[in-house]
Amino acid sequence: MTAGAASAPRVARGSSRRRPGVATVYAWELRKLRAQKRTYLGLGAAALVPLIFVIALLSSSGGPDEVPFGNLVRETGLAVPLVGLLFSSVWLFPLITALVAGDIVAAEDNHGTLKTILTRSAERWQIFAGKLLAALSYAFVALVVFIGVGLLAGGAFWGFDPLTSLSGTPISSGRGMALIAASGLAYFVPMMAIAAVALLLSTVTHNSAAAVVGTLILSFMMQLLAIISGLDWLRPYLLSEQFDAWQGLLRDPVDWAPIVHAVWVSALYAVPAVAWAFVSFVRRDVAG
Amino acid sequence: MSEADQPAIEARGLVKRYGRITAVDEVDLTVSPGDVYGYLGPNGAGKTTTLRMALGLIRPDAGNVKLFGRDPLVEGVRALDGVAGFVEAPRFYPYLSGRRNLELVAALDGDGAAARIDEALDIVELADRARDRVGGYSHGMRQRLGLAGALLRDPRLLILDEPATGLDPAGMRDMRRLIRRLADQGMTVLLSSHLMGEVEELCDRVVILGRGRVRYEGSLEDLMTTTGGYYELRTTDDARAARIARVQPGIGDVSDGGARGLTFAGDEHAATALSIALGEAGVGIAALVPRTATLEELFLRMTEEHVELTDDEGSRIADGERLEVRT
Repeated sequence: MTAGAASAPRVARGSSRRRPGVATVYAWELRKLRAQKRTYLGLGAAALVPLIFVIALLSSSGGPDEVPFGNLVRETGLAVPLVGLLFSSVWLFPLITALVAGDIVAAEDNHGTLKTILTRSAERWQIFAGKLLAALSYAFVALVVFIGVGLLAGGAFWGFDPLTSLSGTPISSGRGMALIAASGLAYFVPMMAIAAVALLLSTVTHNSAAAVVGTLILSFMMQLLAIISGLDWLRPYLLSEQFDAWQGLLRDPVDWAPIVHAVWVSALYAVPAVAWAFVSFVRRDVAG
Repeated sequence: MSEADQPAIEARGLVKRYGRITAVDEVDLTVSPGDVYGYLGPNGAGKTTTLRMALGLIRPDAGNVKLFGRDPLVEGVRALDGVAGFVEAPRFYPYLSGRRNLELVAALDGDGAAARIDEALDIVELADRARDRVGGYSHGMRQRLGLAGALLRDPRLLILDEPATGLDPAGMRDMRRLIRRLADQGMTVLLSSHLMGEVEELCDRVVILGRGRVRYEGSLEDLMTTTGGYYELRTTDDARAARIARVQPGIGDVSDGGARGLTFAGDEHAATALSIALGEAGVGIAALVPRTATLEELFLRMTEEHVELTDDEGSRIADGERLEVRT
């Protein structure tokens, strides 16, 4: 080390110091995500699953006729991402969402880097907000990749012919595209709740694997509860059920009730989870 | 009191408990601006816990710690303005390069820290490895990167927890030189270390912690010259001299040094009384030489034998009075 090169300490700044904001933390969380392999694992899965679905459709004549838009997948590529969304709510998107949201705080514990970033000039709440936004952004990008790849692959083989709404009325290709985008946004609502739960587990368990697996177990449990007939009264309040709310957009006229229901039910899960995670993160002792 | 007049670190009644274990027990600490302060204690003495509380990483159960008059618990990271350092080993993202890691922490520092990256890398001699991933760095390289990260904050107070750990002898020497240089330029340094030579070379004041409590706080010079004086004694009959010494008031820790004679602990008054007793017993004194205890000896005696200086003794040390260390 070049001891002689050490410059004289400069005058320390007081309250006039220019401090980083949430945007700075968020930008660096995205950079960290870009540098990690697991990021591409989730995005790769989001791209691969619709491709596998299209290949499966091409290699056999059978189809998922029993699900909404299942009978249209070989008639228009617009139906491919919609059917894909139905199947992916079971495990793919809970897994992809948890993969990053469940790791984003716990990984800092594992690497011991929390103390590194918490002794700089960004407040703890700013760090937390940056991480939350990064986890949500990742889930959103994965969803966009999934829908985009499904749309392109489906369109490449079956074109972009008009859809038929769940009410039986025709939907033009342009409006169909817009409704697919809107369906993606509606689908993202329960994904945010999943991300919030994963973030909570990541914050309180300090363990990435526990947070990811815990989130998946919670997701599977809700799907299990949904098929128990004696618990019908519970079904509308299960997070897993909110993944189907987008179907309201593809009725004629649009049925907003399931969308509104999904928003507040998802908020019931997300708000307490984020609040708990926030308090835990801001007040926790960083001893590792 | 203006900020410039405030102590760099002022801890009062600091307590931290983990279950039934009290890791830090009523620790008072004052580090004045310009001090190079040694923070000593065996493993588990509470050093790192204290440093974590100082940096706002953990909350004390009682008491408070202020940095230049600002409490991290009250003012958050604003209390860390002008403060930098690391506790335990500095940690970075292994999948990012050294430079990327510094860019990240500089971004979280704001205020032009990024402009100091090249200078910091040059100082710690990591410029040529800056583009390599930290995952491939040796422990010593990570220590140096930790110091570079601290220097980005352009600190007035540098808190370093075992900075020389993992460095090779040349690296340790360079680290000491760098700390000395920074201190000479006016930077206050709190140096937690197990390396007594490092502390003796760098520090002007020390605190010795044992089992979470402060065993000694004060100037290193006073500690070295006024506590725990040892003497070497060669006589015409060492075996008899040892028997006499062991029953002599004020004399302790009598040991047979073989051909080098005896050693014993005691103050000047007790040594004088012993020399008279030996003369009266007909034992000739060939040599009676005071031997100042090393910092390591004092450290071990204070922390292993739980020697605790009373407030009165502490103030007498400050006045330069010679004391016998009681066990």
